[in-house]
Amino acid sequence: MGQLLAVKDLTVKFALRRSSLTAVNNVSFSLSRGERMGLVGESGAGKSVTGFSLINLISKPGYIDTGSILFEGRELTGLSDEEIRQIRGNRITMIFQDPMMTLNPVLTIGTQMVETLKAHGNISTRKAEAVAIDKLRLVQIPSPEKRLRQYPHEFSGGMRQRIVIAIALLTEPALIIADEPTTALDVTIQAEIMDLLITLCDLSKMGLILITHDLGVVSEVTEKIAVMYAGKIVESGPTRSIISDPSHPYTKGLVKAIPGNIPPGEPLHQIPGMMPTLTDIPAGCSFHPRCEYAGNICTTQIPDLAPVPSRQSNVACHMISGRLAPSDIGSAARRKRQTAIAEELPA
Amino acid sequence: MKRDRGLLSVENLVKHFDISGGLLDQLSFDKGRLIRKQTTVKAVNNVSFTIQAGETLSVVGESGCGKSTLARTIMGLYPPDSGRIYYQSERIDHLSSHQMLPYRAKMQMIFQDPYASLNPRKTVRQTLEEPLTFHHRNLSPGRVKEKVAEVMTQVGVAPQWAGRYPHEFSGGQRQRISIARALMVDPEFIVADEPVSALDVSIQAQILNLLMNAQKKRGLTYLFITHDLSVVAHISTRVAVMYLGTLCELAPRAELYAAPRHPYTRALLSAIPKLGRKKQKHIRLSGEVPTPIHLPGGCVFHGRCQYADDRCHREIPELKRLSTGTYVACHAVEEGRNQP
Repeated sequence: MGQLLAVKDLTVKFALRRSSLTAVNNVSFSLSRGERMGLVGESGAGKSVTGFSLINLISKPGYIDTGSILFEGRELTGLSDEEIRQIRGNRITMIFQDPMMTLNPVLTIGTQMVETLKAHGNISTRKAEAVAIDKLRLVQIPSPEKRLRQYPHEFSGGMRQRIVIAIALLTEPALIIADEPTTALDVTIQAEIMDLLITLCDLSKMGLILITHDLGVVSEVTEKIAVMYAGKIVESGPTRSIISDPSHPYTKGLVKAIPGNIPPGEPLHQIPGMMPTLTDIPAGCSFHPRCEYAGNICTTQIPDLAPVPSRQSNVACHMISGRLAPSDIGSAARRKRQTAIAEELPA
Repeated sequence: MKRDRGLLSVENLVKHFDISGGLLDQLSFDKGRLIRKQTTVKAVNNVSFTIQAGETLSVVGESGCGKSTLARTIMGLYPPDSGRIYYQSERIDHLSSHQMLPYRAKMQMIFQDPYASLNPRKTVRQTLEEPLTFHHRNLSPGRVKEKVAEVMTQVGVAPQWAGRYPHEFSGGQRQRISIARALMVDPEFIVADEPVSALDVSIQAQILNLLMNAQKKRGLTYLFITHDLSVVAHISTRVAVMYLGTLCELAPRAELYAAPRHPYTRALLSAIPKLGRKKQKHIRLSGEVPTPIHLPGGCVFHGRCQYADDRCHREIPELKRLSTGTYVACHAVEEGRNQP
């Protein structure tokens, strides 16, 4: 398996009137051919912006500040619009959350599919239709010849998402970025779409980046994951080991917060507070105000994503890296709790 | 003998919506003759169940199965087409809005989207005071203020923030405020329509804990509407599974998850993604979900069911009680031909 994608120190910013806002902060990951990776996090963690920035779908005022994106040996940052268009929608394609928003309601499925093929190569309409029918068959749409002449509203939600996938497959891409592809669908349909994505990736050695907030979906579909929090990757590694035994306090909290891991009726584990907004990210480790283990160093120094000894994963946490002295664990958290209580009591 | 109607009982509830529009929209020509056609969405068909005081009954199903319509009809937000609703053995579905008032204070609702369900032009205090002053008109302003502070503290929103507007709060906090609004009049029964679906996992856990705590402290009864089966597994006493407007299975939680009977329930449960496990083979349903406009005859599930036979095409199965306490509406289960 050769390397397909290598993202290194990617930082994406959005320009504000006087300052700027960092949506993706120093993110690095890589993907081999045919590998499936999950980008996980809660809303606002920067997972979608990361996915979009790979194919330069960030519009103004957003911009890639630093970092490199190496895809099939070619640097994607700094390419002109014309050059990136040859890759976007061709070698790298994308599947979005809501299939009704992605498809053009006034054009037939066939027109939209032929259009895509013609945009990326010199191909006759007849040939393009043959390819389209072939791909529709691949995503298991019955009687594709007939369906090609129909409009998006004539399909159900699950069928529409299959069509979006078929469109993403048209140009035989090496990488598909799927942004919450099943969030708008019902569970039984979601299961079918996920099955389909796995089969397709295996079949044509296609890479997949699955952007989602659903740890259940990620653990069934992907081989490795990167967990994002406030614009940074806080933990990455093989899916199985991270889900079954997470290291970072945030990942631990996320896994434990899912109902089903504890006896019914018991209180669920909850992470106090909520994710900071990007305009006001705390100093030091951005998770420290919600972390029960936070010590002094966590409030001042940003932890690096570093390999964990004896495991295959990388974690950005002072406690795991050993920089936080065991005697100091929880000191900042305790202090915070005391001031919070003092503030809440009326004088 | 009087029937046990629990806290709330629904009998043969039917709710259809006419979507055919005005008279002119209904008229059309067919083979040279003028015909009038009416289209109805058959959202809830012949649903019966009883909720006991203190329990959490969850209604699960996929989008469009009628679970939200069921909740709203029970709350009296839609008038039912036929069937009866009893609250503490008193029939409430045909009451006038004035007669309904005492029940409105006992039954409250929490909605899915905390962005849409709070009035953006009212402060939190105004939102919370309204139900209280409406139902208890002679309450002193001091007592009202106290009550607002008390309930806000209970749901975990600092009472100092009562003067703020909804847009100043995050999604999770807004949902806490919606819950506070429902708790203001000290209800006995709460209908929660997808209360955590719009929230992130870590916030979802906070809200579920809050709901479970409130139930313990106040002895609340919940009707919990959701499509999230892992949430259902955690909070429910009993679970009702709906498909295309009909109830296909109703069982105690442990029984439903350990031994699902209805073929649809089985497929639904097998489709839940599981943490830390490799992709499991799930039961594949053939075909598409029919629309509630053109309901299939017989069992509504027969088009997608691998056990369906002639009888399923003709006859609507009734909800029957099994010895395990499960209620299931399926000819195949009844005849014992649902073994793979």
